[in-house]
Amino acid sequence: MARVLMKGNEALGEGAVIAGCRYFFGYPITPQSEVAEYLARRLPQVDGVFLQAESEVAAINMVYGGSAAGARVMTGSSGPGLSLKQEGISFIAEAELPCVIANISRGGPGLGGIQPAQSDYFQSCKGGGHGDYRLIVLAPSSVQEMMDFALLAFDLADRYRTPVLIMSEGMLGQMMEPVQVREPVTERYEKPWATTGCINREPNIVNTLHLLPTELEDRNQHLFSKYARIAAEEKRAEMVMTEDAELVVVAYGLLSRVVKKAITEVRARGVKAGLIRPLTLWPFPDTHIQKCLDTAKLFLTIEISMGQMVEDVKLAVNGRVPVEFYGRIGVIPSPQEIERAIMAVAERGGLA
Amino acid sequence: MEKQILVAGFGGQGVLSIGLFLTYAAMSEGRNVSYVPSYGAEMRGGTANCIVTIADDEEISSPLTETPRDALILNRPSLDRFEERIQPGGVLIINTSLVDREPQREDLQIRQLPLNEMADKIGAPRSANMIMLGAYIAFTGIVDMTAVLDGFEDIFKGRKSATIERNRKAFLTGVEYARNNW
Amino acid sequence: MKTVFKVPQSLTGKEWHYCPGCGHGIIHRLIAECMDELDVREKTVGICPVGCGVLAYEYFNCDMLEAAHGRAPAVGTGLKRVLKDRVIFTYQGDGDLASIGMAEIVHAASRGEKISVFFINNTVYGMTGGQMAPTTLLGQVTTTSPYGRDKDREGYPIRIAEMLAPFEGAAYVARVAINTPANAARAKRAIKKAFETQLNGAGFSLVEILSTCPTNWGLSPVEAMQWLADNMIPYYPLGVYKDKEGR
Repeated sequence: MARVLMKGNEALGEGAVIAGCRYFFGYPITPQSEVAEYLARRLPQVDGVFLQAESEVAAINMVYGGSAAGARVMTGSSGPGLSLKQEGISFIAEAELPCVIANISRGGPGLGGIQPAQSDYFQSCKGGGHGDYRLIVLAPSSVQEMMDFALLAFDLADRYRTPVLIMSEGMLGQMMEPVQVREPVTERYEKPWATTGCINREPNIVNTLHLLPTELEDRNQHLFSKYARIAAEEKRAEMVMTEDAELVVVAYGLLSRVVKKAITEVRARGVKAGLIRPLTLWPFPDTHIQKCLDTAKLFLTIEISMGQMVEDVKLAVNGRVPVEFYGRIGVIPSPQEIERAIMAVAERGGLA
Repeated sequence: MEKQILVAGFGGQGVLSIGLFLTYAAMSEGRNVSYVPSYGAEMRGGTANCIVTIADDEEISSPLTETPRDALILNRPSLDRFEERIQPGGVLIINTSLVDREPQREDLQIRQLPLNEMADKIGAPRSANMIMLGAYIAFTGIVDMTAVLDGFEDIFKGRKSATIERNRKAFLTGVEYARNNW
Repeated sequence: MKTVFKVPQSLTGKEWHYCPGCGHGIIHRLIAECMDELDVREKTVGICPVGCGVLAYEYFNCDMLEAAHGRAPAVGTGLKRVLKDRVIFTYQGDGDLASIGMAEIVHAASRGEKISVFFINNTVYGMTGGQMAPTTLLGQVTTTSPYGRDKDREGYPIRIAEMLAPFEGAAYVARVAINTPANAARAKRAIKKAFETQLNGAGFSLVEILSTCPTNWGLSPVEAMQWLADNMIPYYPLGVYKDKEGR
């Protein structure tokens, strides 16, 4: 199939349609609105439903209902809107309802701004809502991956009965690149647990209330055994020139591509640098990081935040080598700026 | 070989369309391409810019840059902001209708043309951007001319044929100007 | 032998956790009887609130969901948009529906969401221990209005049926009570009509059901029924507020 020039937000929306998603419940917020607008046009063409909810809170609860009914369902938002959805996400995670949530993120805290940021890492990967739960969090870095990760997200969601969050910088949603449009997904998961009406079977119950202490703990143990399985099987990262890397840079999303370019420049200047790009922010690819510890003398985490993922890098490195951080907020630094930052760290660490 | 082109001007000058046409043409030639519109702090009616990255075979790493190889400058504030950042040896094309100073750089291939006057003269005042596009492509050959002309039909899909014709005419005006004067 | 009492098929028969004299058991039964009579048990999905009704999934013998506090109409919307031919009902109390879930119920009504809402108004938060609800009457003492609800401090009780009936999307809105056998019979007719409205695809339906909370009111079950008649019905008049189908 020919390549099509698409915006990131459109590729994400079309990816959802290709994955068999026919229901989107959302609320307008910049810079996510284009995903909603695309699906508002697109879903009726495939007998789907786009519904603009009265609030972020209502939207995520419509997803709860739609998912319980057995459908592939999606919602999207940006930073402050995701904050509002957290109650619902906690319920969905507990009830083990598959769904996909897109966070076309923006800078915070508070109303912040619509400038590029990755400062929703904590609220995406570390819970955000109440209770012990995890989301699978995917971080695309190209318009093609916006589409491909939509397909992957729906598959992981159904396979593990868990909400999956796609986290993209706003700029990735705005930029255009040629996309290889994928074939429609026809594989469907059986959902015998869905509340579709109990015709010729015992009633199904979707519930998150556990008043007995033993039952509550059992429930958490059950969820965490599932999370352990996901962590064992789904950690993903792209490794660039890490085989002999003394300075290992960790970066994700669109930013990672800028870092990749900087790394090639830095290599040309004699610094043995490499890049680890997490594709899954949760489960965090700590094993990929640990693989580099044979050659790595220094880690550098680069984020468009004040330093969030760097905590997971530090946990993975576990004190064996120093972990440095370089961050900006509201701008995606240029390759030249990142090159300067990497060189500065390399020189301080005696690697240049 | 990866080339990055910056297009900059006022909002409403069709700056983003220039980038989009370049992107579309590069894609139809089977090359890798990435288009990033200015985003964020810019206000409506303020400055607008975009960066197009075109690569022949390799995957595009960074779609962003501080130092574009070429720059298409449609107004004075954009020249002031970006002139220093263009890579030595790169191409700088300036719309003299809205730039009232000479460029300072001596290590660039600089070409100038009065876009707005030219657009008025052919009765297409809103298609000045297409004149810039035509002139740039004719001068550099960065993408194939026919790829762009073919793209008009697709990009303007659903628009009036008069609109397509007007833009095509403006584009060819730019091509002719570059061939005759540069 | 003639059967004079049996558990409706749409109830599991599990023993209630509700307090003696609480209206929930009566209302559950009325809803279940309607489901039996309309033969919709197997195509019904019910949604429980947060509040005393949170455990309703233990009692209704159909597919059930438990929603976050106040969000049942949004959950119902998601279900109904996917399962267009199924019967969706929410079961919500006054704190759930008229306070924290006010936005969800208003917009479900305005969209004409084809779901049936059973709104249990007993003027207090029951499960959390008798705090003031949006429907608590003026002067009524609760644990968070210990000097009685004061219009200058807490404002006035909200009349949900009157508020939602004018919405174009609302097809059937009624207020009933369960304090006497006659009223309970009327309540059942309203519940049935709400289901029928949904089955006919006419739009949103809501039945506000005035109920009792003897425990938190500090009254005996019999006194509570009388208190409902004396205090609630004058402020919350019974009747059909909207019936688009005009049956």
